[in-house]
Amino acid sequence: MLNDVTFGQYYPAKSFVHNMDPRAKIVLVIAFIVAIFLAKNFFGLAAVFAALVFMVLLSRVPFGRVLRSIKMILFVIVFTAVLNLFFYAGESAYEPLVDWWIFTITYESVVNMVFLALRLFLLVMGTSILTLTTTPVALTDGIESLLTPLKWIRFPVHELALIMSIALRFIPTLTDETNRIIAAQKARGADFESGGLIKRAKAMLPVLIPLLVSAFRRAEDLGDAMDARCYSGAKGRTKYKKLVFSWRDLLGLLFLGGLITGIVFLNLYLGGKFDIIGQIASLF
Amino acid sequence: MEAVRFDNVKFSYEEDGQDYAVNGVSLSVEEGEFVAVLGRNGSGKSTLAKLINALLVPTEGKVTVFGMDTLDAKMTFEIRKNAGMVFQNPDNQTVASVVEDDVAFGPENIGVPREEIGKRIEFALDAVGMQEFRHATPSRLSGGQKQRVAIAGVLAILPKIMILDESTAMLDPRGRREVMEVIKRLNRERGMTVILITHFMDEALQADRAIVMHRGEAVMDGPPEEIFARSEELETYNLTLPRAAAVCKALQAAGMPVNNAFTAEELAEAICASLQRG
Repeated sequence: MLNDVTFGQYYPAKSFVHNMDPRAKIVLVIAFIVAIFLAKNFFGLAAVFAALVFMVLLSRVPFGRVLRSIKMILFVIVFTAVLNLFFYAGESAYEPLVDWWIFTITYESVVNMVFLALRLFLLVMGTSILTLTTTPVALTDGIESLLTPLKWIRFPVHELALIMSIALRFIPTLTDETNRIIAAQKARGADFESGGLIKRAKAMLPVLIPLLVSAFRRAEDLGDAMDARCYSGAKGRTKYKKLVFSWRDLLGLLFLGGLITGIVFLNLYLGGKFDIIGQIASLF
Repeated sequence: MEAVRFDNVKFSYEEDGQDYAVNGVSLSVEEGEFVAVLGRNGSGKSTLAKLINALLVPTEGKVTVFGMDTLDAKMTFEIRKNAGMVFQNPDNQTVASVVEDDVAFGPENIGVPREEIGKRIEFALDAVGMQEFRHATPSRLSGGQKQRVAIAGVLAILPKIMILDESTAMLDPRGRREVMEVIKRLNRERGMTVILITHFMDEALQADRAIVMHRGEAVMDGPPEEIFARSEELETYNLTLPRAAAVCKALQAAGMPVNNAFTAEELAEAICASLQRG
């Protein structure tokens, strides 16, 4: 059975990664991010990259699909990379490559830029494996379960999770509604396609107002329906869905544990990112 | 046993208003009855429905459900467990993105243990004929299917009374038929008390009893056939006969000796019988 999700990134498939406990996947993504930021040299990043390729293969999500998530933040990556290239503040052991007006490019700034771009790239790829293999509903369940300890400090974990899942549930409904309103306004001669950015933004106003009004009406109806079905908060409530931590999740955690240990060793034996030539030479 | 009782109930949406949406209604519904509440927009029929399960409480008078007073806040939970309610817009009463999770919502709220919830989901989806959609997304279902899921969500709480507040109003004819089938079956096979709020006259024909609301008052109360026989009176409440009944009436007025008929089938038979008689 494939879950039917109308939005988001979810890529329906049957795989080792899809079958993992969402809680384990969330923890693994955090561990993956830690691994990326622990790596001090290019060999560490190479290890993270190898792990990433392995995980994508395990998830049976096509590489193209994973790469697509990069497109959205490509601009951010390029922007930060360029800024880092020109404004790297560290000391330089070599002559600057370019030194013009306020711009200085050194060997270190080039290495730093490449390193940073790779880091961001791995970061986005890693997190997108989570959203590609986990339905938003499972993700919400996972977050709720992981936040459970916060109940001790009276943080409304259940309420937060319910708000999130209701928000998710209403996305397709409100999307349909938006399209209906746009069609209705077009039928009355509204023009959404021509004009500059400001004019177009203004044209959206007659869409947003009815949408907002109807969202409030829906919220009121939903409140009544929840009351009628005996909703009275988290107290005395049971839960039908239970998340199960399995051998898959244990393997995943061991794998990431191994990755982090490996990176720590690489850091200790090879040192920082600037000595890349020396590090490659030492391999032979 | 008496399932619902209204004792001279008045209700106003305004704090100190004299403008009563429900104005002095007294009635009683027996367990196992199938009651249709008819009326135009603004006749107070939806307000009447919300007074039953304590979504609204009377300004004056008293509403009891199996003897429990809706004004008693301690009883609200118990009343809602006994009197389930399905609303008009199927999109606005679904809480989850998966059918089974939505059906589970009610039982979860009343603290049913997990294994039991699984059984209830199975039972409820089976009762509305939606088993195969257990893992589907409600937003992808048809209106009639969504409304059946909503009914299943209420059934999973195992109520004795099912209130349907214009639950067929937004559906296409096919969806309406599906929902009406489910409701009739629940009433016949499981002895569920059904209170159906509607403005469709032909739906009222399927009930044992019809109550007509007009300006907050219950103005007519009796078997639907009797009510529809008083068409002049119905017209003063801005209600029109089911189409077949109207055709029948016109035939009688034109001098054709047909018996009273309310549905298309009955009318066809009445016309045949009258033609055979010559």
